[in-house]
Amino acid sequence: MSLENTTQPETESLANDPAIETPETIIETRDLNVWYDETQALRDISMEIPERKVTALIGPSGCGKSTFLRCVNRMNDLIDAARVEGEVRLQGKNVYDDDVDPVALRRAVGMVFQEPNPFPKSIYDNVAYGLRVQGKDDNLDEKVETALRRAALWDEVSDQLDSSGLDLSGGQQQRLCIARAIAPDPEVVLMDEPASALDPVATSKIEDLIEDLASEYTVVIVTHNMQQAARISDRTAVFLTGGELVEYGDTEKIFENPEHQRVEDYITGKFG
Amino acid sequence: MSAIDITDDAVTDRATTVARGVFFACAVVTVLTTLGIILVLVTGAVPFFRDVSPVTFFTGADWSPLIRPYSFGVLEIVWGTMMIVVGSALVALPIGVLTAIYLSEYAGERVRRVVKPTLEILAGIPTIVYGFFAISFITPQLQRVFPETGTFNAASAAIVVGIMILPMVSSLSEDAMSAVPDELRNAGYGLGATKFEVSTTVVVPSALSGILASFILAISRAIGETMAVALAAGMNPTITLDVFSEIQTMTAYMVQVATGDVSAGSIQYQSLFAVGLTLFVMTLAMNLLSQYARSRYREVYD
Ligand SMILES: Nc1ncnc2c1ncn2[C@@H]1O[C@H](COP(=O)(O)OP(=O)(O)OP(=O)(O)O)[C@@H](O)[C@H]1O
Ligand SMILES: [Mg+2]
Repeated sequence: MSLENTTQPETESLANDPAIETPETIIETRDLNVWYDETQALRDISMEIPERKVTALIGPSGCGKSTFLRCVNRMNDLIDAARVEGEVRLQGKNVYDDDVDPVALRRAVGMVFQEPNPFPKSIYDNVAYGLRVQGKDDNLDEKVETALRRAALWDEVSDQLDSSGLDLSGGQQQRLCIARAIAPDPEVVLMDEPASALDPVATSKIEDLIEDLASEYTVVIVTHNMQQAARISDRTAVFLTGGELVEYGDTEKIFENPEHQRVEDYITGKFG
Repeated sequence: MSAIDITDDAVTDRATTVARGVFFACAVVTVLTTLGIILVLVTGAVPFFRDVSPVTFFTGADWSPLIRPYSFGVLEIVWGTMMIVVGSALVALPIGVLTAIYLSEYAGERVRRVVKPTLEILAGIPTIVYGFFAISFITPQLQRVFPETGTFNAASAAIVVGIMILPMVSSLSEDAMSAVPDELRNAGYGLGATKFEVSTTVVVPSALSGILASFILAISRAIGETMAVALAAGMNPTITLDVFSEIQTMTAYMVQVATGDVSAGSIQYQSLFAVGLTLFVMTLAMNLLSQYARSRYREVYD
């Protein structure tokens, strides 16, 4: 992965004892503030996201979770009203530096959206899209198959690759979008409530898949579903209204023994 | 507790019946008008085809209905029409689609607010004014570059018809592109596509049915276009590839006969119906094609 100008990745090697595996940080935000016109959506967010883990972002509606994700791959650039201050470091490089090309950034950081949004193209062309625009279109058939297999969709669609992606069910469409996002082999996959439009069976398939993906990718996932966050994530960040990051740590700790009363209230459903 | 009565829907019934009646009447008027036009064309053309065999008419390449020896081979004026159609399409389709891409994907709100109404004004100009513009401006300019250009010529008419149908292409294509949901654009950007790639490989293919429909409607309009071509292209039926020479289209022929001193019931008068019917069939075919294109490329969100 390279974004134009490569400064050395400044990774913290806290693991002096090789027996204890400390995951390396791949994304680090520093004093991240985001406004939409005059409304502040994120306040002073500083957090480190570990590589090849699933990090869940939870919190009530409007607390800025989607905004946070869109900062990481600079999709906020596409929103005229959005203004970002602070840093988002990907392998040490601030993605908001002037010499960063957002197109190159998005090739390293894939995204899966809340609503399945397959292109009105064939299943094959959907998965191949990112590979083609990124010039990775050698061995296309093989890469498309691999991505569909990883997304646990291959068995269902292998004999209808030429039919439209829109003909699939909602759950299949979302897995298609996941396959499309991982096909070009990004470092990080951002997922914004990928299962919120799906039924329980489709949801559990997606959850299994996300846990699987973490062996190769860094996954940052927004979810409204506490059980889902608890089941699939390694770390959990709790945002609360006003765009604050209130607590961030190992998922088990957050769910079993949160430090903040507000977080406990939110998790146990007392508000939010 | 009183029983809830949800069965009495007499009021709804009456309103529904009246509304349905009014809507039905309007629909009937439209259908009857269309049928009436077809009926007039067909009954007018039947006596013509008693004198001139359809085979001679549709395969003959000599059109001389007003000057003896009379000859009714329609291909010469069909050719004239096709020259205008192809020429105007070459002008309007590429520029129209590029304009639509620009307006839908690149232009800021302010530019759009100026350009869209301008295009609509362009669409509202009477076609005779376009014809006048062609002979008084386009033709002289062509003559400066290509001295062989005639006073009346196909190129000038094709260009002006192209300008005339341009707003239709760009505005309908732009509607189709604007209707493409942002989610699809975001998917493209999220995969590391550039704005140009998103425009050409996501937006345009997703809007294809609407774009094709705009093409076909514009071509229909070019087929039927009358005053501008009658003025600019001339009245000389001929099959030629020379775009700087005078030609005649089917519509221009109809103007010529309709405004001339041809008596009702004469063969020339009857030929109007035969040519009119042929035009009608051509535009009908375009409309059927448009529907086919729509069904072939229909996407869920349009
Ligand atoms: N495009 C936008 N323009 C203006 N304001 C926006 C925009 N997107 C988000 N906001 C505002 O920013 C705040 C955070 O929004 P965001 O979508 O990040 O929240 P969220 O945590 O993802 O909520 P949800 O759980 O409902 O998806 C909200 O107050 C929202 O109204
Ligand atoms: Mg959101």
